[in-house]
Amino acid sequence: MIKIEDLRKSYGKTRALSGIDLHVPAGELFAYLGPNGAGKTTTIRILTGLTRLGQGRAALNGHDIVRASLAAKRQCGLVPQQVNLDSELTVQENLDIHGRLFSMAATARRSRIHELLDYVNLLDRRDSLVKHLSGGMKRRVMLARALMHQPRILFLDEPTVGLDAQIRRRIWALIKKIQQDGATIFLTTHYIEEAEFLADRVAFLDEGRIKAVDTPAVLMKGVGQWAMDWLSDKGMHTDYFPDREAAVQPAGTAKNGFTLRRVNLEDAFLMLTGKKVAVPAGDDKRLHGGSSAHAAHTSHGGHGKGGH
Amino acid sequence: MNGFIAVYLREMLILKHRLKRQLAGMAVSPLLYLIAFGYAMGDSVQIEGVGYLQFLIPGLVAMSSMTQSFGIATDINVARFYWHIFEEFQAAPISNVAYVGGEVLAGMTRALLAVGVILILGLPFGVMLQYGPVFWLTVILNSFTFASLAVALAMLVKSHADQSLLTSFVITPMAFLGGTFFPLERLPVWAQKVLQALPLTHASGAIRTAALGGPPDWRGILLLAGVGAVFFAGALMTVKQARD
Ligand SMILES: Nc1ncnc2c1ncn2[C@@H]1O[C@H](COP(=O)(O)OP(=O)(O)O)[C@@H](O)[C@H]1O
Ligand SMILES: [Mg+2]
Repeated sequence: MIKIEDLRKSYGKTRALSGIDLHVPAGELFAYLGPNGAGKTTTIRILTGLTRLGQGRAALNGHDIVRASLAAKRQCGLVPQQVNLDSELTVQENLDIHGRLFSMAATARRSRIHELLDYVNLLDRRDSLVKHLSGGMKRRVMLARALMHQPRILFLDEPTVGLDAQIRRRIWALIKKIQQDGATIFLTTHYIEEAEFLADRVAFLDEGRIKAVDTPAVLMKGVGQWAMDWLSDKGMHTDYFPDREAAVQPAGTAKNGFTLRRVNLEDAFLMLTGKKVAVPAGDDKRLHGGSSAHAAHTSHGGHGKGGH
Repeated sequence: MNGFIAVYLREMLILKHRLKRQLAGMAVSPLLYLIAFGYAMGDSVQIEGVGYLQFLIPGLVAMSSMTQSFGIATDINVARFYWHIFEEFQAAPISNVAYVGGEVLAGMTRALLAVGVILILGLPFGVMLQYGPVFWLTVILNSFTFASLAVALAMLVKSHADQSLLTSFVITPMAFLGGTFFPLERLPVWAQKVLQALPLTHASGAIRTAALGGPPDWRGILLLAGVGAVFFAGALMTVKQARD
């Protein structure tokens, strides 16, 4: 269980978080969705003790993160955004040190390492130096390491960023499995499909504020069932319709072609914040009503995704 | 206690993986000094009533135990800014004392290894010195002091470049001037006063006295212990401040 009340954090003049309130019940897979710079990492860093809290309060399974910081830390496992393994050590050594940091006994560490490396399919690499592993393997080692001490809350900060589709699916399957084993999972992402596929509930985060929290189905329902992307001289536009019939009629009038598709979470995010989740790097400009051509959805029924 | 062991053991595992390179690194500069200053000058040069090699080896012990124990600062920095491994410790349920203690002991271990290397290198030069309890006590205090300073500063600096700047402006001058290669009495009085303020000066003095069989330099040893305790406390404080 994660409870956050009025969490605020500033770095100098930059406001990273301006008042976050959240309650994540035990066993839930919660996704924190927002564009780069929204404050996702800052939230996770505060909850896991890496960053000092500005104002507000938070508790993990009832342990206040400031007053009972060690007890709070024992509740959680963390997979940070960037790889932070000891590259000069072997996979097994990395996991073993982590187990020691969480006061696990020698026999427990040994059996858990075996179990987890089996779980993430890396048993044959247990004695490899981490620097010799691929990016996807390192991600899986990070996941195994975070699970070593059987945390009841798992924080995943963009767990699949930069991985190809196949490995991403594999990690999704792992995350689902971890949830089925009873953990509460708090995951940040700026991939729409990730949140849609995995999450029980989603929070939309933008500029340090939560714009909406609900199940993906409810969030999407607020937009309509169908979306039509169409091109005019001014660029790409998207209109939303309650059902397919309502969409077909205006579709006939679009002269430059159109795409009819199911609504996705990106549409809901766009509606609520006026911007896309996945903004191409270095391109922060707000998108009003429509969307720029290069970030448009073009596939039938597919989930749109912008640049990388 | 578990956290302390984990932090220390991690450093030891890394040391083990790098052992050959580390040992070579520990040997190279003392060997050069021994050959260049000691062997080349031979016993024709007498300082404070002993041959120069006998004078030099305790100085090298003081210097190496300082540079090697301080050397963990670089590793902590790389782990923190480049590999982000420090976050693994920050997110773990361990106290600051456990972290600082583990890193300091790792620095001391490295220093003792380096001293062992020097003593072995000194053997073929046929120098007879006394390596009794007071000698080792002083070496241990010296490495404790500089390992603590290393952790304290590693938490303060903001980048790897700052770290190497610190080394070249603080550690390297001290390594050469802190009574390692020549007696302070040869310098002008004001310079002696300045150098008396350096912890290494007291370490090399006490280590040399012990190695040459003189009475223990308790004043120097106590001073070193005091400075070490202050640096250790400083490290505890800077680790606490290291969260953004
Ligand atoms: N250590 C830091 N120092 C200064 N500003 C920071 C720091 N960390 C994050 N920020 C700023 O806080 C805001 C939120 O960042 P972050 O939480 O990393 O966003 P996200 O993870 O959603 O991409 C951004 O404007 C970022 O520039
Ligand atoms: Mg982030």
